[in-house]
Amino acid sequence: MKFSEAWLRTWVDPPISREALFEQLTMAGLEVEVSEAVAEAFSGVVVGKVVSVAKHPDADKLSVCQVDDGTTTHQVVCGAPNVRNGLVSAFAGIGAVLPGDFKIKKAKLRDVESHGMLCSPAELGLGDDADGIIELAADSEIGVDLRIALALDDVTIDLDLTPNRGDCFSIKGLAREVGVLNSLPVSQVVQDPVPASIDDVFPVELAEPAGCPRYLGRVIRGIDISRPTPLWLTERLRRSGLRSIDPVVDVTNYVMIELGQPMHAFDLAQINERIVVRLAGEGESLTLLDGQEVALDSETLLITDTVGPVAIAGVMGGERSGVQADTTDVFLECAFFAPLPISGTARRYGLHTDASQRYERGVDFELQAFAMERATALLLEVVGGQAGPVVEAVEESALPKAALVSLRQRRLNELLGVDIDVADVDQAIERLDFELTERSTSKSDGVCWTIRVPSHRFDIAIEADLVEEVCRIYGYNNIPSRMPVADLPLRFVPMATSPEISLKHQLAALGYQETITYSFVDPKLQDLLAPGVDSLALVNPMSSDLSVMRSNLLPGLLEVLRSNVSRQQDRVRLFELGLCFVPGNAVAQIQMLGGLVWGRRHSESWVHADEIADFFDIKGDVERLFAWSGEMAVYEPLTDPILHPGQAAAIIVAGETVGRLGRLHPEVERYLDLGEGIFIFEVLATAVLKRRRRQHRELSKYPSVRRDLALVVGQSVSAGKIADIVRQTLGDVLVDFRLFDLYQGKGIDSNEKSLAVGLTLQHPSATLTEEEIGHYTHRVIMALERDVGARLR
Amino acid sequence: MDLDKILKEAEVAIGAAVDERTLDEVRVRFLGKKGELTALLKSLGQLDPAKRPKAGAAINEAKTSVQTLLGAKKKSLSSEQLAASLTAETVDVTLPGRGQSLGGLHPVTQTMVRIEEIFSGAGYSVVTGPEIESDYYNFEALNIPAHHPARAMHDTFYFGDGSVLRTHTSPAQVHTMESVEPPIRIICPGRVYRRDSDLTHTPMFHQVEGLVIDRGIGFADLKGTVTEFIHRFFEKELEVRFRASYFPFTEPSAEVDVRCVHCLGKGCRVCSQKGWLEVMGCGLVHPNVLEMSGIDSEEYSGFAFGFGCDRLAMLLYEVDDLRMFFENDLRFLQQFN
Repeated sequence: MKFSEAWLRTWVDPPISREALFEQLTMAGLEVEVSEAVAEAFSGVVVGKVVSVAKHPDADKLSVCQVDDGTTTHQVVCGAPNVRNGLVSAFAGIGAVLPGDFKIKKAKLRDVESHGMLCSPAELGLGDDADGIIELAADSEIGVDLRIALALDDVTIDLDLTPNRGDCFSIKGLAREVGVLNSLPVSQVVQDPVPASIDDVFPVELAEPAGCPRYLGRVIRGIDISRPTPLWLTERLRRSGLRSIDPVVDVTNYVMIELGQPMHAFDLAQINERIVVRLAGEGESLTLLDGQEVALDSETLLITDTVGPVAIAGVMGGERSGVQADTTDVFLECAFFAPLPISGTARRYGLHTDASQRYERGVDFELQAFAMERATALLLEVVGGQAGPVVEAVEESALPKAALVSLRQRRLNELLGVDIDVADVDQAIERLDFELTERSTSKSDGVCWTIRVPSHRFDIAIEADLVEEVCRIYGYNNIPSRMPVADLPLRFVPMATSPEISLKHQLAALGYQETITYSFVDPKLQDLLAPGVDSLALVNPMSSDLSVMRSNLLPGLLEVLRSNVSRQQDRVRLFELGLCFVPGNAVAQIQMLGGLVWGRRHSESWVHADEIADFFDIKGDVERLFAWSGEMAVYEPLTDPILHPGQAAAIIVAGETVGRLGRLHPEVERYLDLGEGIFIFEVLATAVLKRRRRQHRELSKYPSVRRDLALVVGQSVSAGKIADIVRQTLGDVLVDFRLFDLYQGKGIDSNEKSLAVGLTLQHPSATLTEEEIGHYTHRVIMALERDVGARLR
Repeated sequence: MDLDKILKEAEVAIGAAVDERTLDEVRVRFLGKKGELTALLKSLGQLDPAKRPKAGAAINEAKTSVQTLLGAKKKSLSSEQLAASLTAETVDVTLPGRGQSLGGLHPVTQTMVRIEEIFSGAGYSVVTGPEIESDYYNFEALNIPAHHPARAMHDTFYFGDGSVLRTHTSPAQVHTMESVEPPIRIICPGRVYRRDSDLTHTPMFHQVEGLVIDRGIGFADLKGTVTEFIHRFFEKELEVRFRASYFPFTEPSAEVDVRCVHCLGKGCRVCSQKGWLEVMGCGLVHPNVLEMSGIDSEEYSGFAFGFGCDRLAMLLYEVDDLRMFFENDLRFLQQFN
């Protein structure tokens, strides 16, 4: 909400500086966002009166005027169309400095001397109007500095109002709050009812009283809309962030800012028979004042006539019924609309107007009659006309109830953590205009205050709300600080899982950089990287390239790779730990760990060969992760549409596939255009965060012995298969197994390969004899020959 | 006599030896089985028995002195040799070492862990939850019914079935309140989502929310806890102020401002010349929220607070564009390793 400090101070004027006032409002929950000077810097401009006007001899559009500045008269050449004899305006004499450091000097316009200038609002930085010179009230004191005459050393304050404080959405409400905070009385607008001078009425019917329980209407005939809105009024509007539109809209806007009551004026000639406030029907639409046509849904509360909708209630009027330049008769609307329907409507249509903002926070439901009189009086003053009687349609039962709320002293002190003086509470209740209906005392609760919630407060419903009011007035910063007192239970530290942070440290130690990427990704990239998997789409994404939830971590990791490759990185190792989302009956939200390796195996260095990372770099890292967790993982060839068919493995723990690793499929790599050799792994976070329970096993005192075998097997026989056979054959006596050489090439058939394996054997309770060792070795050779056709080389 | 001559020759030979091998040749020449002194000893038998003891003693003395000379020479030779091989083996210790370079943790993670440690030390449990939530857990259970104007404060991402990307980690608090009997002391860190993007907003960011529910919990406990947290987090006794505010799920509600960590209140770019930084929202848990989760609001009360973890990370590391955290530029990330 924007408002003028000077205007507020006409209601209540605490003896504190501007800065102190801002601080006070901010601390009380009415946050001052910014304040701006209402006028740019200028000097030497005074209130001047045009005492004669003559046509310029050589220019049609110029006038030669005599201007009285209070001490003397000056000849001024003026081009404004509205300059006329007797006009009181802003006069900048010789030596005056206008905004932009523009100094006024003696000038000659088409051979006629000009000693100063008459100024338009735009020339003084008082708005956009550059069409004519400022028109001041005829009774303004001539010669007074304009900054004083117009109180231009004022500021526009922009308050960030929280949704609960609809009561502060007006000068009246803010003044009440400032009065409370400073213990000062607040002046009120005095407005006697404007008696009807004509009998015309326009009937109103409430068909949806839950949304509109009160609607006041009034006919005003014979207005002259061509009259200008007086400067004092447009200035107050301008300083409240509102532009002057026409005198009727200006007046309704003024009442809205002053009292907080949004109003609307219809052109009486354009509305038919009667006003009905109802919900929209099937297929109805309305062209709004701003020209856009909206299709109306059935939850929308409308103002209608017998022809159709004329306004969306509490949000915006329609074009058909709006006040026009030729309007002479108007129908003024002043209603109470319930907050919830307006809030929903504003949101659904994306129409957040000054009116809807006030209605959705709650407008004082007893304010309408007064606001109608205020608007009528102002309107008659500005544009003349004859007012009819006020017609009120009301459904009392649908109006908000003025609830009774109690506050117990014991509870108050408990919840604030400090003993508040009873007198402070008494005073707060009084200052807030809360009607005290009962004040009792009991042993258990101390004093108990019961108040009736005033009609302008929509945010007071329960005891906690009163606790907040007391706390706010007492001052949040006057409440002491203390630490909560609690028992000291000891923490449960599970042995079966590792904390996420330990996993991350492991990965960092392996050279991986943690990344955090958005959980929503580009659907095109996701389709490429998760073909055949449905993506969970957002209804209202930030943008089309952030419109589906990731079903795996690769889109994010690859985007990070892309941006870093473009920054000339030559070695990238990344990981991310986070949720992935797979649609289904219930969306699966699965925590995954993903990693990516690309580029150099090692940072460029004198000590390392210039090698590019390959499958076994990333596999080694995955193996180390599982070695850390202690879970036994095995790796099997995997067919995965996005991975290289010959360099992809499933990661299997206890018979369950928990992840995959491998090189991206060359087709995918080509599509991504990031070069070749992108390796990834992805595992269920639970699989690596599981921690095998460690247990001590007796160490053998007997010597171990190693036997190396050089085997020749078919190309297709995997090392994993050979390891399995050896382990199964030897059982516990095998304490270590290594594959220490792999050879293909000269001397070996091209369909075959040679593997060198080392077996370390040890018995827990005896020294192995040569004979036993030979026996074990023989069994291994036999088993390998039988199962995979291996022979010794 | 011969003995003196032999001794002299031995001294010269030992002095001339250049390494252990030539030295050993000297030893063999004088003390070996056929060595010159050994030969002298063997010839003792041919002497007059009366002269034998004296001559024997003299030869043995000469043998001992040769042995001593040999020992000393050997020692000096081996230390020379060691010195030579040490020189030969010297490397440039300023050359970089071998092996993988270290990775590191994201600055937001580091900040989050720091926050978790501060609270878990005081007995708070760390609770996480799903990021796609039902409307009930993200809004209704937090006293934000449909059409509530406060929904406009959360620019929410929706899914077709009406579920949402959580706009705060408060749903995790609701899950806890539903399943755990007070006392409750938890913090809920995690990703949250709002439709917003500029210098200080990203559509995804990280929050840490805290919740304490027990008998007799009051605003003073909230102030104490929040203030101490700020002091611990920044390792500075920064001034903290509590400003009245509004959240549907707390009453009373407050915004917490901290003296600018950068200028300590003088006014600077970090605090937009205000001298204060808005760092978190907090308040006493709204009785409706307690009741909806099955907690008796007459018996129990509690406080809750929530803040942007990324915002604290920005202040801690002096990062002025939030989006940097999610661009994952390695040059940026590696600064925090």
